[in-house]
Amino acid sequence: MPERELRDRGDLTQALLDNATWPDSLVAEAGIPVYDVPLVTVGGGIGSFVLVDYLRIAGVPTADIRVLSTIDNPWQTYEYLTRVSQIPGPERIRSDSSSRPDNIWGFPSYALSEAWRERTLRPLVHVLGEPIFADYWTPRVADVFKSMARESGRIGYPTMLVKGVVRMVRRRAGGGYFTVLTPPVGTGPTKRVAYRSRFVHLAVGYPGLRFLPDLQEFREKYGDFTRVVNAYESHEHVYEALRTRPGTVMVRGGGIVASRVLQRLMDDRERFGLQTKIVHIFRTFVTGAHGPHLWSRRKGGDGWAYQGFNYPKSVWGGQLKAKMRRLDGAERATEYKRMGGTNTPKRRRWQQQMRAGREGGWYEASQGLVERVEPAADGTLVSLVTGDAGTRKIGADYIIDCTGLEADIAEHRVLADLLAHGGAGRNPLGRLEVERHFEVKGTASGDGALYATGAATLGGYFPGVDTFLGLQIGAQEITDDLARRGFGRRIGSVRSTTQWVRWAFGRPVREG
Amino acid sequence: MVPVLSGRIQTRLVLLLVVGSVVTAVVTPLVGADYRTTFAVLAAVAVLGVGWELLYHLLMQFRWEKDWPSLFGLLTAVPEGLLLWLLLDAGLLPTVDTVPLAAYVVHFAAVWLAVWLVANGPMRVPFLRWRFRGGRLT
Ligand SMILES: Cc1cc2nc3c(=O)[nH]c(=O)nc-3n(C[C@H](O)[C@H](O)[C@H](O)COP(=O)(O)OP(=O)(O)OC[C@H]3O[C@@H](n4cnc5c(N)ncnc54)[C@H](O)[C@@H]3O)c2cc1C
Repeated sequence: MPERELRDRGDLTQALLDNATWPDSLVAEAGIPVYDVPLVTVGGGIGSFVLVDYLRIAGVPTADIRVLSTIDNPWQTYEYLTRVSQIPGPERIRSDSSSRPDNIWGFPSYALSEAWRERTLRPLVHVLGEPIFADYWTPRVADVFKSMARESGRIGYPTMLVKGVVRMVRRRAGGGYFTVLTPPVGTGPTKRVAYRSRFVHLAVGYPGLRFLPDLQEFREKYGDFTRVVNAYESHEHVYEALRTRPGTVMVRGGGIVASRVLQRLMDDRERFGLQTKIVHIFRTFVTGAHGPHLWSRRKGGDGWAYQGFNYPKSVWGGQLKAKMRRLDGAERATEYKRMGGTNTPKRRRWQQQMRAGREGGWYEASQGLVERVEPAADGTLVSLVTGDAGTRKIGADYIIDCTGLEADIAEHRVLADLLAHGGAGRNPLGRLEVERHFEVKGTASGDGALYATGAATLGGYFPGVDTFLGLQIGAQEITDDLARRGFGRRIGSVRSTTQWVRWAFGRPVREG
Repeated sequence: MVPVLSGRIQTRLVLLLVVGSVVTAVVTPLVGADYRTTFAVLAAVAVLGVGWELLYHLLMQFRWEKDWPSLFGLLTAVPEGLLLWLLLDAGLLPTVDTVPLAAYVVHFAAVWLAVWLVANGPMRVPFLRWRFRGGRLT
């Protein structure tokens, strides 16, 4: 058969698209080659990586796992997003010293490793004083990647990686799932291939970028993509232009990305002696400590809500984790609302810079909702802002939207298919509803199970899902659940300790 | 580890039993005390500790994050050590007659520091789930 014809075969047929459950014969008829493997993880980002790390340490051989992904190494997407949102290699990230995606124990912490490597006690003294006498100590982003690269080699991650875009996951008649993958053009025998597995794990990260509606409208109407940018897009040209010509930048949003963008603008101002003016618009302007009662007050001021991490710290292991685990429906949604919301850490450096900006009259923050953005005759952008101070027109040369990666999960093809055909449902926040052990509710298939971790599952019994530590908590729950089902071993004290020793000496994880 | 109440108590008792006993066994001859006394002190740290943990748990409720910074875990040695010394001095501790202050301070500080160090890291190696369960071991 000519190659062309072969490639046209092996595509999805109408029968496959229409059936929620696929018998083996239906896939065979379509000419899609089938590969058998007990577990596939879809995504290949940090969520997939930490699950594979756990499973390998629990004794699962590399032959039993396949990672289906568009990226070459697990930190690639994270690296891109951190770089564009102004956390380059030498900068420090948000999460703390014990959130180590390359080490399931969180010991030694990043601070201890850095102290050892650089022969200095400073990181340890810093950690001892946090968060009272110092900001939270956090690792350099470059060190996070380096340590993950080491672990990737140790567990044989590259041998499990299969490149391609996953199109859908469907239940298999008789149990388990088919995961349909589109390999990069010219690399597969057919247009699609399928993985037949008893278990599937989804860690596809963010479903997509969400633009503020008024900015979306502006971009569509005027076709201007250079002056109105989202912080999660590459927007280096804005900083470059400001170095050649003074200008005003409007920053929108009150989260950590807004803090990072402000820092970059202010650092550049200082470093290159620029005259940049910054107008900062908060939708919710926080003026001080806020919360319903004395036992529930979060710090805030100058517009910001302050919190070290995206949720209160005890969400990852203390009181709030235990509490949330018991809540369902509206009660859960209320609790999310109480402790969630946009926030940023109160870092000393950022406070200094903003203070200098306010005193110098070049940084101004206020509350407001932007109704419309239009180009003015003088070439600037005019935002029509309504708010506590009435309706105003605010001019700027650039607008940087720092509001988020919050698109609906149905914008992701695989998740949309799962909602439509796989039995999955939504949680009180509208994302994928998962069990306490991260199995997606309603998707069981015979003796198989489908799990999900990461941002797509926010709103479940555990709020910290979209963080390194949260992904590891999810991976631990899944590994234990899989062990109960006879896949891999439960990691007990002895195995945990011996495996840790191997980690410490950089010895590879054995097969089986 | 960010504790829950039962996790605080369990972690304290287990670490005092294991780490505290080892340290006590080593330190006792060095400070010239007798084992009966030092182990009675160790037991007192454990028993009174349950009460202290209740107090710490209450204080933690005023923190938005419901966390307990590791520095607190170190500094609470001061009030706990003082109270225990006052009780000892007043002869209120059963089975113990007298302890020289220096011996008491060295023993107490050594136990406290060792337990604190283990709780802040190495504990996670054999007990992989411990830090995600607020310090509960069961
Ligand atoms: C700017 C920024 C900073 C952050 N900082 C921190 C921090 O300091 N500490 C912390 O703990 N967390 C942080 N996070 C949150 C979170 O830990 C990271 O985003 C992390 O990368 C999430 O891992 P993930 O596996 O869920 O998603 P990702 O790492 O994004 O991986 C998902 C991958 O799935 C791939 N994929 C999606 N669909 C398909 C498909 N159909 N087929 C094949 N592949 C697909 C995507 O291409 C992507 O590469 C940060 C997030 C952002 C955006």
